[in-house]
Amino acid sequence: MNLPLFRLWQLLLVLVCFTLSSQLRAELTIEITQGVDNPTRIAIAPFGWDGAALPENLDSIVESDLQRSGQFSTIPKRDMLSFPRREADVYYRDWRMLGSEYLLLANMEQTPEGEYQLTFELFDVLSQVKLLRKRVDGELSQLRDMAHFVSDVVYETITGIRGAFSTKIVYVEAFSSERYRLMMADADGARPRVLLKSKHPIMSPAWSPDGRQVAYVSFETGRPAIFRQELASGVREQLTNFKGLNGAPAWSPDGSKMALVLSKDGNPEIYVLDLATRKFSRITRHFAIDTEPNWTLDGKGVIFTSDRGGKPQIYQVTLASGRTERLTFEGDYNARPRLSPDGKHLVMVHRLNGVFHIAAQDMKTGMIRVLTETHLDESPSIAPNGAMLMYATKYRGKGILGAVSLDAGVKFRLPSKQGDVREPSWSPYF
Amino acid sequence: MFTKALKQSMGLAVVMAALAGCSSTSTTDTAATDSSATASSVDSSAVSGSSMDDSMAKLDTVFYFDFDQSVLKPEARAALTAHAAQLKASPRSVRLEGHADERGTREYNMALGERRAKAVRDFLVLQGVDSSNLETISYGEERLASSSSHEMNRRVELK
Repeated sequence: MNLPLFRLWQLLLVLVCFTLSSQLRAELTIEITQGVDNPTRIAIAPFGWDGAALPENLDSIVESDLQRSGQFSTIPKRDMLSFPRREADVYYRDWRMLGSEYLLLANMEQTPEGEYQLTFELFDVLSQVKLLRKRVDGELSQLRDMAHFVSDVVYETITGIRGAFSTKIVYVEAFSSERYRLMMADADGARPRVLLKSKHPIMSPAWSPDGRQVAYVSFETGRPAIFRQELASGVREQLTNFKGLNGAPAWSPDGSKMALVLSKDGNPEIYVLDLATRKFSRITRHFAIDTEPNWTLDGKGVIFTSDRGGKPQIYQVTLASGRTERLTFEGDYNARPRLSPDGKHLVMVHRLNGVFHIAAQDMKTGMIRVLTETHLDESPSIAPNGAMLMYATKYRGKGILGAVSLDAGVKFRLPSKQGDVREPSWSPYF
Repeated sequence: MFTKALKQSMGLAVVMAALAGCSSTSTTDTAATDSSATASSVDSSAVSGSSMDDSMAKLDTVFYFDFDQSVLKPEARAALTAHAAQLKASPRSVRLEGHADERGTREYNMALGERRAKAVRDFLVLQGVDSSNLETISYGEERLASSSSHEMNRRVELK
């Protein structure tokens, strides 16, 4: 091979690499498929800013946050008669004419030190009162965080429910059976970051309750093993290395323990690992499959999937007494339970007429409600405010993330440009 | 002719290796092995054409199962009986990889894949194979054999 030809190869490689890496940066983009029937109408005036162009458009981030909740519709900017920056510029009649119930305006300034200060005001157009005036500060890299903060405040003020726009998601991406990535992104899919890359499968990511660590299953040793990883430092620790299954890690609500699955004693059983003493205690004793543990809200019990009745169903065990009761009775496949933050709903994968959907069971009445109409739905993960859940599904032959509100009224999906996306895990509040 | 083909395939291997290299900026130590694995897989596909001509009678090494089941089918039992005879005559370490189809939840499918791998292991042990030579591992639905056929995915691979 002569030298110039080799150079040509190098150039070609650089080009191919460049194209590849720019594709890999592709984000999950949101497509809203269903919202509530009578969404609250809010006008978000373009945020005031006199400086150089910013890398993020803050008002459109707030706009899409509120739209994505399904509970708001926004007034198009082209219909607005004025772009007020402060209260003195607000003429309520103009906004009432547009059918707007609320008006949000904001103005951004920069301190001599370079910090950005966003002052925002929310008005009730119908009763003509200012509901709040707040300020949020941040660096250039935190512009999206500042916008999500505004969304959280607006959402909570109007709906009475705490916003979850500042939260994150962790998920797994697979590009082939040889390329896997554990990813973290904002709850809207923006700013994806790689937490782990491997040519072996990565599974079952789970957040620590303080939002600082993620536990997951990685096959990098040639076998499944449970790891935990600190997000800030990237420091990892292997927690289990037993023969057979090492799976389904779930942190206890106080973060001191981890429920998980080991099959070292012959078949899959639920264990609890005390993270301080490193002691494992076996929770279930049954020849059937016991898996997918998740904690009750008080941390005194574990709910899990078991096929001890012949088919997978959901059970709850009280840790102190070992008393086990069956929670699901409708249908012949109920698995991977998650409790809503208020404890009122049990969310799970439920098979109906041979198709796997996400369903919610009312814990009081036992009534099951199917929330999704997509197929091969799995891995539901509930937002910390209990308003929405994210799940994995198939769309046009690819694994993507979908989201649905717990009352099934709001639906959206986050398709990825490439790769199969799966196993979303919604962070707690930070 | 031959040298031209060789040059082409070498060039391809270089591209593949470099691609694998340039796309991995990970903090884990898999990057180095990644690129070598990619390069060698190109090599092996080049020789697979000739090995197809071999009409040596080979035993099945993949055994299929019904949905949510881990019961061995009759054809699997026949093939495994022959495997057991071979393994008793010339013992070697065998890895039994259990898999599930995409339906159902991932961790439950991990358990199902393990149950299938163990069904194969138990059968071989019953036939007299030394259990210390048999390792079972489940991949659940993490490594599908087919993107269209559930039947092809519910399997145990003997390696």
